[in-house]
Amino acid sequence: MRGKIKPALPERSEDPRVTVSLTVNGEPVARTVSVRMLLSDFLRHELGLTGTHVGCEHGVCGCCTVHIDGKAARSCLTLAVQASGSEVRTIESVAAGDGALHPVQQAFKECHALQCGYCTSGMVMNVLSRFEEPGALDLSDDGIRDMLSGNLCRCTGYSNIVTAVRRAAELLGRTE
Amino acid sequence: MKPPLFDYKAPTTIAEAVAMLAADPDAAVLAGGQSLLPAMNFRVANPSALVDIQHVQGLNGISIDKGEIAVKAMVRHRELELDVAVQRANPLIAETLQHVAHVPIRNRGTVVGSLCHADPSAEMPLLFVLLGGTLAACGPAGTRTIAAEDFFTAFLTTARAHDEIVTEARLPVLPEGAGWAFDEVTRRHGDYALVGVGCVVALAADGTVETIRLAACGIADRPVRLKASEAALQGTQLAAADLDKAVALSASAVTTPDDMNTSAAFRRRALGALIRRLVAKAAARAKPKEQP
Repeated sequence: MRGKIKPALPERSEDPRVTVSLTVNGEPVARTVSVRMLLSDFLRHELGLTGTHVGCEHGVCGCCTVHIDGKAARSCLTLAVQASGSEVRTIESVAAGDGALHPVQQAFKECHALQCGYCTSGMVMNVLSRFEEPGALDLSDDGIRDMLSGNLCRCTGYSNIVTAVRRAAELLGRTE
Repeated sequence: MKPPLFDYKAPTTIAEAVAMLAADPDAAVLAGGQSLLPAMNFRVANPSALVDIQHVQGLNGISIDKGEIAVKAMVRHRELELDVAVQRANPLIAETLQHVAHVPIRNRGTVVGSLCHADPSAEMPLLFVLLGGTLAACGPAGTRTIAAEDFFTAFLTTARAHDEIVTEARLPVLPEGAGWAFDEVTRRHGDYALVGVGCVVALAADGTVETIRLAACGIADRPVRLKASEAALQGTQLAAADLDKAVALSASAVTTPDDMNTSAAFRRRALGALIRRLVAKAAARAKPKEQP
């Protein structure tokens, strides 16, 4: 059998590179990276913005949620090159420069809506985008649970997160 | 969990994009990437090149003209869901879109991309088959129109040729006074449907069914019009016996075998339950035509 077992090498050996320029948290950045680099890895490995967490890398857990042009999106289901020319916002930009928490973060803290914190940056970015979206929000229990349905948390059992979203609405003066 | 190696191409015109596809039989079209990228991260899909159509001119926007809603290739699910004019012209569209994954996915994923991916459990293919939508496919020889009913040919397989790009998908507006409903059975909200059903019904002044359309996803290798059930309800007053007959006739449409999610027997029961529930809901929303 010797020599018959071939290593499973990819059929292609080139790894094309491309220059990606975008705005991250208000700052223009440009890096030349592999075309297959995911936006999540671009943020973490190229820019050192490790607040964006990587859970499942197939769009199920929501940990890697960032804003692309103002809308929440999975950074693991977006190639960095797809985000070229976009405005990306990550969890690092949410608290004020002096460290004062955003009302959504404040509510998560007050309501003990996190334990290990792994899912929290994705939760906050998702909830934040919904508060920033124009139009009414369904802030009933069902509505909040629907809002959170794309983010998994394996610690809290979600009750405190639902409470935190309601508290965030209060802090932001939102009733709908 | 990273995508395999591929070439990346960013055309700015349709002609360029079509030529790139024609030149490489293993290239794939990248729109929102919400189905393609997970498949690549899992190494289930391994295209030689991605032709990213986000910079192609003329692929953005929604328009309503002559009773048709035209959705261009780069329109994201969420954009269509929140379009007020579309909500007015055909409320079934937003009702169905609320079941497509979650908001962050709907912010990136495109409607046309979902049609071309052709997952037999997905909601958008069902909606287009239910309403009788059409797709415009642009290839080297020009643009052709494909009826949604002919577009989905098998599991993840469509009538689109490799070197064609679907530039636009069109849905009719809801007929005046017609009632509508969509719902699905899933393990968790936002998952692919185990079974999903859509219904559109128009009633005469005396409450008789004038026209009815029923379609389902998750039950076969493609979305299915339930024509036998439609025929059983046509011209009736939707009495319990009529619904019993329609449900009985739907059972043979379920051809998905038992799988890790559920059994075919469960899918048949869920399909029947959804037909009863959604025909009633659509009929309650219909405005019977006034006597002339």
